[in-house]
Amino acid sequence: MELNQYLEVFIEESREHLQSLNEQLLELEKNPGNLSIINEIFRSAHTLKGMSATMGYEDLASLTHQMENVLDAIRNNRLLTTPEIIDVIFMAVDHLEEMVESIAAGGDGKKDVSETVEKLKAIENGETISRSADVEIAAASTLEAPKSAASYDEFELTVLKQSKEQGFGVYEIEIGLRDDCLLKAARVYMVFEVLEKIGEVIKANPSVEQLEEEQFEDEFSVTIITKENPDDIKGKIMKVSEVVKTTVHPVDFSEMNSGVAIKAAEKIIGVDTSKSLDTDARSIITGIETAAVQDSKTSVKQQTNSSKTIRVNIERLDILMNLFEELVIDRGRLEQISKELDNGELTETVERMSRISGDLQNIILNMRMVQVETVFNRFPRMIRQLAKDLNKKINLEIVGAETELDRTVIDEIGDPLVHLLRNSVDHGIESPEVRRSKGKNEEGTIVLRAFHSGNHVFIEIEDDGAGISKEKVLQKAISKGIITEQSAAGFTDKQAYELILSSGFSTAETISDISGRGVGLDVVKNTIESLGGSISIDSKENEGTIFSIQLPLTLSIISVMLVEIQKEKFAIPLSSIIETAIIKDTEILNAHNQKVIDFRGKVVPLLFLKDIFDVPFEGADDHFHSVIIVRKGDKMAGLIVDSFIGQQEVVLKSLGNYLTDVFAISGATILGDGQVALVVDCNALIK
Amino acid sequence: MAEDLISDLKVIVFQLNQKEYAIPVSQVRSIEKIIHITRVPHVNPFVKGVINLRGVVTPLLDLRVRFGMEEQSYSDSTRVIIVGDEEKEAGLIVDGANDVIDIPSSMIEPAPEVVGIAAEGFIKGVANLHRRLLILIDLDKILLSDVRKAL
Repeated sequence: MELNQYLEVFIEESREHLQSLNEQLLELEKNPGNLSIINEIFRSAHTLKGMSATMGYEDLASLTHQMENVLDAIRNNRLLTTPEIIDVIFMAVDHLEEMVESIAAGGDGKKDVSETVEKLKAIENGETISRSADVEIAAASTLEAPKSAASYDEFELTVLKQSKEQGFGVYEIEIGLRDDCLLKAARVYMVFEVLEKIGEVIKANPSVEQLEEEQFEDEFSVTIITKENPDDIKGKIMKVSEVVKTTVHPVDFSEMNSGVAIKAAEKIIGVDTSKSLDTDARSIITGIETAAVQDSKTSVKQQTNSSKTIRVNIERLDILMNLFEELVIDRGRLEQISKELDNGELTETVERMSRISGDLQNIILNMRMVQVETVFNRFPRMIRQLAKDLNKKINLEIVGAETELDRTVIDEIGDPLVHLLRNSVDHGIESPEVRRSKGKNEEGTIVLRAFHSGNHVFIEIEDDGAGISKEKVLQKAISKGIITEQSAAGFTDKQAYELILSSGFSTAETISDISGRGVGLDVVKNTIESLGGSISIDSKENEGTIFSIQLPLTLSIISVMLVEIQKEKFAIPLSSIIETAIIKDTEILNAHNQKVIDFRGKVVPLLFLKDIFDVPFEGADDHFHSVIIVRKGDKMAGLIVDSFIGQQEVVLKSLGNYLTDVFAISGATILGDGQVALVVDCNALIK
Repeated sequence: MAEDLISDLKVIVFQLNQKEYAIPVSQVRSIEKIIHITRVPHVNPFVKGVINLRGVVTPLLDLRVRFGMEEQSYSDSTRVIIVGDEEKEAGLIVDGANDVIDIPSSMIEPAPEVVGIAAEGFIKGVANLHRRLLILIDLDKILLSDVRKAL
C-alpha cells in the first residue's frame, strides 16, 4: 500500500525517462560515438532501473539492467554503435514502454522479454569476446590521437577551455580514501557535495556511476572548474573524513591541443581501459547492483533540485479556475456596487482588487499552458519507424516546439497529428527511387511547425513529397459518389484538396497499414473542428503539401461578441466573425424565399437568430438591422440580431451532461451580472 | 430499490400541485430559490433553461411540465431542488420544498396502479404516513429521456 502513493510519480517519471531515451537514441543514431549522448541515455536507463527495482517491477528492472550493460559497453568504447545495436535498444525501449503503460493501466508490468534480453546479451557478449583485439587497436590509436578517447572528449574540452577563458580555474583533483574505508560511496558523495559547492564537476574518473557503485579501489580523480584556489579546495576536501590524500593540479590544455600527450593523460588511458574492462567483467559475472536503489534516489533528488517544478493534478487546476471565475463574477458585482455608492475608499479598494485579480487570471491561465513539445516529442521516433517500414528516407524537422497551448487542447491534438504525419509519410513522401528519378533529394523532409498568431496557434505539417493531384482527387471523389461530375468542374484547387478530408476517401492506390483506409482524415477534421479550430490544405504536385491547422489558444477562455436579441443575450465567438454591419430594411433582398444582402459584392444569406432560437417576441421591429457576418470555410452568412453589446473575453462552459447536442449552441458562459449567456455555434448554422 | 426498503429512508418533501412528493436526500445536492433562468432553444418544453449555480451551468426542469400538469408562474415559495447522480446534474423546479423526514421502510408501498395521478411513470413508490400521502419519485426516469425537441 505504501508504494501506491509513489506509483503515479513512478509512472510519470518512467514516461519521462523513456521519452528522453527515445530522443537521445535518435540523436545517437545521427551522431554515433558522441559520448555525452551515450551518457545521457545511460543515465536515463540507470534511473529507470533503480526506480523499477524499488517499486518491485522485476521484469522492467532486469530488461533495463541488460540494456544498461550494452550501453555501458558502448560508453567505455568496447562496442561501436551500429544501426543493429540501436534497433535492438529501440526494441527494448518499446518493451519498457509497454510495461510502463501496463502498470499505468493497473497491470503488473510483467512481460516476456527474454528474446530481447537474449539479443542484448548477444550484443554484449559477442562484442566483448572479439573485443580484446580492438582494445589494442583503440589504445594504439589513442596514443596517436590522445584527444579523442583520452580523458576528455571534445565537448568537455570546449567547456573546460571556455571556463578557463572566463577566468575559472580548471583542476584535476586526485583523491585517495583510506583503504579500510567501509562506505566508499558515501565518502564519494560527500566529496562531490563539497566540490559542487565550490564549482562544477566536469568529469570523474572512474565515472560517477561507477563511483557510486563503489567500483573503484580507493583512489579516484575529478576534474572541476572553480574560482577557488587549489589550496582551499584541498583543505575542504580533506575535511571529509577518511580522505587520506588529495592532490590538486591545474589542467593544461596547450599540450593536449598540440597533440603531445602529457604523461598523466597517457596513464589515464591505460588505467581507464583496463579498469573499465575489469569492472564490466565483474558486472557481467555478478550482475548484482546493490547500490541501485540508493543511486536512483540521489539522481532523482538531483533532478528535482535542478528543475524546480511540482506536479499538480489538472483537476485541481480546473477547480482553481472555477473558483477564480466565481471571484471574477463577484468582482463585477462589487465594481457595480462601488460605482453606485461612490465612496472614495471603497472605489480604491475595489480597483486594487480588480488589478490583482487580473494578474491572478493571467497566472492561472498560464499555468494551464503546456508546450506542444509534449505532443511533438513522440513523433521523431514514430517517423523513424514508419520510414523504416516503408523503406523511405525521411527527415523530420520540428520547429517551434516551445509554442504553448492550453492543456485541454494538447490532450486532444495528438491523435489528429499522428494521422496527418502518417498520411504525409505514406502518401506524401515518395520512395527514394521515385524521388531520385524526379531529381529530388532521396531523403524526404517533413517539417512540423508550430507558431502563435494572434489568438490562435497554428500547426503546420509540410512535406516535400508528391503533392496532391487535383485530377485524381476529383475523379476519386466522383467515383465514390462524394461529388457529382457537374459540380467537380467548379472546384477550386483548395476545395478539391479538402475533399480528401471527407469521409470514405482514400487516394492511395493500395491500402496500407500506415495511413489506413481513408477514414483517418475526416476524423482529423472532425476533431479539429470540435476543438474550435480549422484545417486547410495547400499543395503543389511534385513539390509537396502543407496541412495547416488553426487552433484556439485555449478552449476555456474565448473572445466573443455579446449580442442582444429581444431580452436575451447570446455570445458569438469572434473566431468565426468577419465583420459587423448595420443595414436598412431596403437593403434586404429576396432570392428563392431566402433573404439575402449584397455584402461587398457577394450575396450573403441572412439568418434571423430570433427565429432560429424562437426568442419570445417582446418589442417592435426596427427598420435597421444589426448584422454579424460569420464564416465557415469559404461560406458566409449574415446573422441578424437586435443589438451589439460588445466584445468580451468569456469563460466557455458546457451545458452539462443532461443537455447535450443542443442545436446551434456550443456551450454557455457566465456574464458579469451572474447570468448565463449561450454561445452560438456558427458552424452549425452554415450548411 | 431493494436497499431503500430495508431501513428508514430520509427524504426531502416537496409540493407540486397541492400534492406531496419525496425524493431521497442522497440524490439531492442542494435546494435553491429561483434565480435568473437563461432559456435554451430547441429543447423539450419542460427544460426551462439553464442557471448559474455557483459557477456551474445547470439545466432546470419544470417538474409540473415534466409530469404533465398545468404550468404555473413562479412565486416566492418556488424552489429548485438540485439533484444529480454521478454523471448528470439538474435542477427540478417545484412549488415548494420545506421538509426533511424519515420514512420507515415498512410504510413504503410500491407504486399503486390505481392512483392515476399525472406523475405516472415517474413514481417509485408511495408512503402513507399518518394520513399524509408521500409520492416517491424515480429520479433516473425523470432525468432519462430525450431532452431535444424534434426539429
